[in-house]
Amino acid sequence: MALRGIKNIKLEYDCVVIGAGLGGLTCANRLAQSNHSVLLLEHHVQLGGLAAWFQRKHHIFDVALHGFPIGMMKTCRKYWTNEIAKKIVKLKGIRFDNPQFSFTTTYDRKSFTKLMTTEFGIDSSSVEQFFNYTRSMTFVDDTTMTTRELFENFFPGREDVWRLLMEPITYANGSTLEDPAVSYSIVFSNFMSNGVYTFKGGTDLIIKLMEEELIKNGVEIRTRATVEKITHNKDVITGVVVNGQHIAAKAVVSNANLKTTILDLLDDGLVSEEFRTKTEKVRINNSSCQVYIGIKEGEEIEYIGDLIFSSTADRFDALKMLDKNVTSRTFSIYYPWMRPGRERYAIVSSTNARFENWNELSEGQYKLAKNALAEDTLHCLEKYVPDIRSKVDHLEVATPCTFKRYTLHVNGSSFGTKFEGLPVSRDICSKAPGLFHTGSVAIIMSGWLGAANYGVIVANEVDRYLFGISEGQE
Amino acid sequence: MTRESIKAAIIEIINEIVPDEDLSDLDHQKPLRDQIDLDSMDFLDIVMELRKKYRIEVPEEDYDELSTMNSTIDYLLPKMESL
Repeated sequence: MALRGIKNIKLEYDCVVIGAGLGGLTCANRLAQSNHSVLLLEHHVQLGGLAAWFQRKHHIFDVALHGFPIGMMKTCRKYWTNEIAKKIVKLKGIRFDNPQFSFTTTYDRKSFTKLMTTEFGIDSSSVEQFFNYTRSMTFVDDTTMTTRELFENFFPGREDVWRLLMEPITYANGSTLEDPAVSYSIVFSNFMSNGVYTFKGGTDLIIKLMEEELIKNGVEIRTRATVEKITHNKDVITGVVVNGQHIAAKAVVSNANLKTTILDLLDDGLVSEEFRTKTEKVRINNSSCQVYIGIKEGEEIEYIGDLIFSSTADRFDALKMLDKNVTSRTFSIYYPWMRPGRERYAIVSSTNARFENWNELSEGQYKLAKNALAEDTLHCLEKYVPDIRSKVDHLEVATPCTFKRYTLHVNGSSFGTKFEGLPVSRDICSKAPGLFHTGSVAIIMSGWLGAANYGVIVANEVDRYLFGISEGQE
Repeated sequence: MTRESIKAAIIEIINEIVPDEDLSDLDHQKPLRDQIDLDSMDFLDIVMELRKKYRIEVPEEDYDELSTMNSTIDYLLPKMESL
């Protein structure tokens, strides 16, 4: 088990990792596998960052486990363990239900090709060209084309098709039609390669297995350990101050929010004014609201799909999806198979949300707004589970303020930063030698797969940096 | 190390990264990525393993040198022959 606080901690490491989100965890594990001494610090009591879960009475709720691409299997096998990779299973039914269309799909290329040609009447060559084009895009490609332009190009005027292609991705990472086509294409193609997957056993099991692996590989993990400062000598990073104690490190990896890392944790003057301004201009992605619905013991829910994209909006509108007046939400349905040994159902409803809509409320207004959201969610759910109200025995709401409290992300951001966060995240090591950032930036480094892989990419850079230092000493 | 032993070392690393791929009859003149399913993450893993196992650094600007088996061996030979 990870220890709380910093009592009896060693005062020097090759690398300190700030934050135990999936990127921080994976980066720490890779560095330990390459024989570096690693200290992993997390302000919360629980590891995982937004890969979070919580227990209420006999219910366990997953916060972010809604589905990821098959690539996660390979990532877990290579950078974690076979045991973790083997827990990954495919979701059977992804359901769309809105005024424009209503059906269930496996959310992969084959199923989408069939839907687009039969339900939407698009000719198969356009569909094929679209899939091939999106699949060929990489993040070194042109980033000026927007997703709207991409859709306009392949499916001019077909807003129903745009909705099919875009709505799930907007839920998955907060992106809009104005975001770069390349970030859309990478995420979309990853899913389309083989559908949507989840972890059998839930977030709690995965994080427990990851924690065991980190400890086995020699990573020192401390929770309730809040980093206050990243320290430096002249231009070079020398460590961190955590819970008031200085810890020396040759390299520091921040898995904290990008803006917090550069604007709050670093001393003024370490990086240029120009770089600070560039950081300040990085736009933060939106946050979320969730409603957690626990089902009474002994009650059952008929299979209604694993993931439901439910909307009453007449057309797709990413801004409307952020509105406090909710018209679109996803339901993640957790059936008993999800946590073997616990025969329970749970439903988590998620909506995209703006921090300012919730942060500005008085205590009384906040409580009322939460109750209204819970009530509205049950009302919407009645369409799929008519007797839901008689089955529920726990109902709880999380808002952008909740996300901020547990993750410390600027404005409770649940999907990191917009695209311009990527060059800032990538460049920090050239501005402050020894400091690296891994975390949810630019949409493509977001989500389970993106976060874990970005941790690996950054671990390679840290390893190279540490190698350079050791070569220099010889 | 000789060309043969460098080749064996590379095969061993690739085999650990993509254990399901058949590496027995690779064409050494052709790009590896045309013959086996190696993505850009796998490629990073190869670079990281070379550093860990043999203390060899492949700078990013040289990544193109690791395209085919022969070009990889050509590139690594001066760095590895003294090992």
